[in-house]
Amino acid sequence: MKREMEMSALGAAAERTPVGAGPVVLHADAVEKTYPNGTHALDAATLAIRRGEFVSLLGPSGCGKSTLLKMFAGLESPSGGTIAWCDEQGRESAEPGRSMAMVFQEATLMPWARVAANARLPLDLAGVARDDGDRRVAEALRLVGLDQFANVYPRELSGGMQMRASIARALAIEPSVLLMDEPFGALDEFTRNRLDADLQRLWRARGFTVVFVTHSIYEAVFLSSRVIVMAARPGRVIADVPIDGPAERDDSFRVSSPFIEYCKVLSDHLGRANRGER
Amino acid sequence: MLNRVLNSPAARFAAPAILGVLILVAWQFVCRAFGVPAYLVPTPTDIAETLVQDGPMLTSALMVTLKITFLAFALSVVLGVAAAFVFVQSRLLEVSLFPYAIILQVTPVVAIAPLIIIWVKAPVPAMVICATMVAVFPIISNTILGLRSVNPGLVNLFKLNKATRWQTLARLRVPSALPYFFGGLRISSGLALIGAVVAEFVAGTGGTSSGLAYQILQAGFQLNIPRLFASLFLITVTGILLFMAMAWLSKLALGGWHESEMAH
Repeated sequence: MKREMEMSALGAAAERTPVGAGPVVLHADAVEKTYPNGTHALDAATLAIRRGEFVSLLGPSGCGKSTLLKMFAGLESPSGGTIAWCDEQGRESAEPGRSMAMVFQEATLMPWARVAANARLPLDLAGVARDDGDRRVAEALRLVGLDQFANVYPRELSGGMQMRASIARALAIEPSVLLMDEPFGALDEFTRNRLDADLQRLWRARGFTVVFVTHSIYEAVFLSSRVIVMAARPGRVIADVPIDGPAERDDSFRVSSPFIEYCKVLSDHLGRANRGER
Repeated sequence: MLNRVLNSPAARFAAPAILGVLILVAWQFVCRAFGVPAYLVPTPTDIAETLVQDGPMLTSALMVTLKITFLAFALSVVLGVAAAFVFVQSRLLEVSLFPYAIILQVTPVVAIAPLIIIWVKAPVPAMVICATMVAVFPIISNTILGLRSVNPGLVNLFKLNKATRWQTLARLRVPSALPYFFGGLRISSGLALIGAVVAEFVAGTGGTSSGLAYQILQAGFQLNIPRLFASLFLITVTGILLFMAMAWLSKLALGGWHESEMAH
């Protein structure tokens, strides 16, 4: 009942294509990964990610969630199965395009370059013209709240602000798909909650697709429109849970009953997988 | 409190300077008090006098040593960096050539200097070659280390953004290598001076007159100990100035971002 009220208060967001009904942008078909040393990191996983979704890959260490994300990024190739990338026009390709950005576990900034130059890097590498690049970098820094810090070196920033700079770098290329590998895992809980809320807001405003790796149930529920639950040994997908929360999510969502319900559902999936294994 | 005072730039200069003056005064006093003859240990004032009297001769000798040092240092930087880039690009070349770079490093230069001086007739190029052989290795090994010490996350970022090999080299590997390169530069600058002096010694023994080392050799033969000390003083000052110049360069290049050059 409460959820319905929250939903009805969001008339504007309802005009958009409903999240999860867009065309497929990433498709993994029976994707497997076995490392040369014999580690079976991921057992045949099939999943599709649709435009505008915020999908979290949730699971314990060793469930293959980061491996799957790296394969989506094209940084690793599957040892079985195929991954297909689809561009804005819906054309399928066997290679990732330039409209995909990734945010890593660490901020991964160039220590010798100032924040603006760091955010500019993908544009420079792609040969984007100077003033167009300047505009996009300024915009990206504004979005993450770092416009006052364009000219400082990364080491002068706190961990949370370094992460913001890293996100600005990803946003500067105006990506259609944003891959995030436990981006806030190294931050304290308060910073993490704040960045989660900001990311949620950004995603709502920009409508890009996000694939987000995390091992936090709360983070997954708070952020996602859909959570892929994974289990370890071997890494595999065990559940696919749509999160039908309010569109506009703030701290009150964290203590609402639907939030707690979803946490319980995900926790049950993870617990069952854990028990079934032993 | 004392620590705060000692961290100020003025104190960092003043503390060793005061110590130096104290040592000089003590040295002067001990030599005078015990009547130590100048042909054993000259007093600082004896040395200063010699520096003025033999000024023109010592200056021209210093110029020769400086020329050899700088040529060898420049050659070391160019050859060392070039070798490092080649080694990093090709595993085969590195595996085949690196052991020889080590042989070059561990062979004492005094042992091969006579050969080089015989083979290369012109004295200055011969001595430059000797000094380069001493100074080049830290540049090679540090630059290789630097070019390899790249954050793997940044490598992935470059790969993800479809960076070309050249872009990765220029925008990632070279900047990552800079702190290591400057470390190598500091060691190498001192070694170039040492190499130049050693080469001059060997050449001087063979009768080729040249820089400060030759002056030391001659002063030793003639028991002109004040001149020996004066030459030694000039070599030391050159070494210190070289080191300071390298430290300044390094600070200029890395001051904004690298831990090693940040204020403590």
